[in-house]
Amino acid sequence: MSTVEAVEARSGARRGRRTRRLRATLAPYGLVLPGGLWLAIFFVAPMVAMLLLSLQTGNIISGFQQTLHVATYENVVRTYHTELVRSLVYGLIVSAVTIVLAYPMAYWIAFHGGSRKSTYLFLTLLPFFVSFLIRTLSWNFLLADNGLILGQLKSWGIVSQDFHVLATPFAVIAGLTYNFFPFMLLPLYVALERIDKSMVEAATDLYAGRTQRFLRIVLPLSIPGVFAGVLLVFVPASSDFINASILGGTNTTMIGNVIQTEYFTNNDYPSASALAFVLMAILLIGIFAYARALGTKDVLEASAG
Amino acid sequence: MTAVEVETPGTRPRARKRRRSRLLRGRGLHSYTWLIVCWLYLPILVMVAFGFNNTSGKYNFTWQGFTLTWYRHVFALPDLTHALVNSLTIALIATVISTTLGTLVGMALGKYRFRGRGGVDLVLFAAIASPEVVLGSALLSLFLTFNVALGYLTIVICHVMFCIPFVAVTVRARMAGFDHALEEAARDLGASAWTTFRLVTLPLLLPGVMAGALLAFALSIDDYIITSFNAGQTLTFPLWIWGATRVGVPPQVNVMGTLIFVVGIGAAVANAFALRRRRTHA
Repeated sequence: MSTVEAVEARSGARRGRRTRRLRATLAPYGLVLPGGLWLAIFFVAPMVAMLLLSLQTGNIISGFQQTLHVATYENVVRTYHTELVRSLVYGLIVSAVTIVLAYPMAYWIAFHGGSRKSTYLFLTLLPFFVSFLIRTLSWNFLLADNGLILGQLKSWGIVSQDFHVLATPFAVIAGLTYNFFPFMLLPLYVALERIDKSMVEAATDLYAGRTQRFLRIVLPLSIPGVFAGVLLVFVPASSDFINASILGGTNTTMIGNVIQTEYFTNNDYPSASALAFVLMAILLIGIFAYARALGTKDVLEASAG
Repeated sequence: MTAVEVETPGTRPRARKRRRSRLLRGRGLHSYTWLIVCWLYLPILVMVAFGFNNTSGKYNFTWQGFTLTWYRHVFALPDLTHALVNSLTIALIATVISTTLGTLVGMALGKYRFRGRGGVDLVLFAAIASPEVVLGSALLSLFLTFNVALGYLTIVICHVMFCIPFVAVTVRARMAGFDHALEEAARDLGASAWTTFRLVTLPLLLPGVMAGALLAFALSIDDYIITSFNAGQTLTFPLWIWGATRVGVPPQVNVMGTLIFVVGIGAAVANAFALRRRRTHA
């Protein structure tokens, strides 16, 4: 290479570097733009549309007018506070039950799974390749009044003839627990798997008993997993209406069912959107308080596996 | 453990007992794990089994003998088949669009620090954390406000929307261990931006992108709640099943559920093997 060529190449490289720097400042915006626009139009704008709709008055026949009618909120909360509270209580129970059920399993896979860890995880996730609705319908079939389980128990005389599980809060909570179980198991597993095993060994060397080791090493280090799991289970469980519809009865109606009915049966759009907004406000305030204490990145990454 | 050996012989049975109890505990938790696995598979077994049930009439509730009829006549119900085709094409379109857009967002978040990054993070987090009922009713509110006719198109729009954040987060997580020096090296060796992306960035990100795409497909094909708000008269597979629950779910649904299950396993296993091969080659 001659000196002239080398000089030219160097100045070209400098120019290239400058455009590259400019590109580097603009690049992230270019990358975010298409997806960001989609989310702005179909996530942020709908939230605003829902807020505006909730402040309208009128009916489906004569149309709705924007009247900034805030009283709808007071009205829906007064009418449906039972369903609202019930949904939140179910959500809490389901979160607690999934922790209790998933923790020992996640612990065993993380600490004793050996080379088969991913096989066990895969085995656990496999059933969830089946449609949510079909799984829930299968439970409806299994728990039916004279179905596979209860029919047999009744014929053996273990339970009385009019014993039933469907249409009880137990059935709905059991269905929700089943459907959201992996959302608790995975973050728990991720947190437990991250624990440095030599710390547990160090505790053993320092004469910590089994209980001490668990309470003072394993449990505190797995708390982020518990937090992430609760977030991933509580929100969808408390706003679900599939389980309440398929496994529940009239006394297990959840807020999701009410919102659906208000939209499609009563065509009362303002009430429906007000209810959805109240639900989101309650859950989002909780989530953000939660995420603040924890850092959103941890929660998001745990949720992404 | 050496500490135990130098202690008095009296402690030895205790050590043995402790060892035995630890073994027992390991075994106890092992059995417990399998018990949970059985619980998880119970409804799946029912679904698969009743796809082989020789049932007559509308109700598929009691076992009446083994048959392959329903596998032979999977597509005998035109409405159901149409709904399944809708579900598959919607999932495919939504996966392609959301994977493309989500990957770009994930790359931007994983690679650059820029003004507005926090805002993008917040929107992604809020979209993932929002309950489905709220997302469904918000989108319905938007479509009602602007008089958009509900149908196939609105379903695709909704599905792309709720898939983008999941893809973005998955790809960003993959970017965490990404060595940007490789991209710079490619550029220094004269590769254009597009060539660098095609030959260096994308292959390294591919496992993350694939995982995101699989997640998007799974989320889309199984969605009931958001779809139910924005489908209009269009039926997807889950919507058709929901409608059928009142009149009795035909065995074809079990068969299709089983087939989707098997295909899902196949895709996941193939992905796992591809990952493993890539890892051993690297």
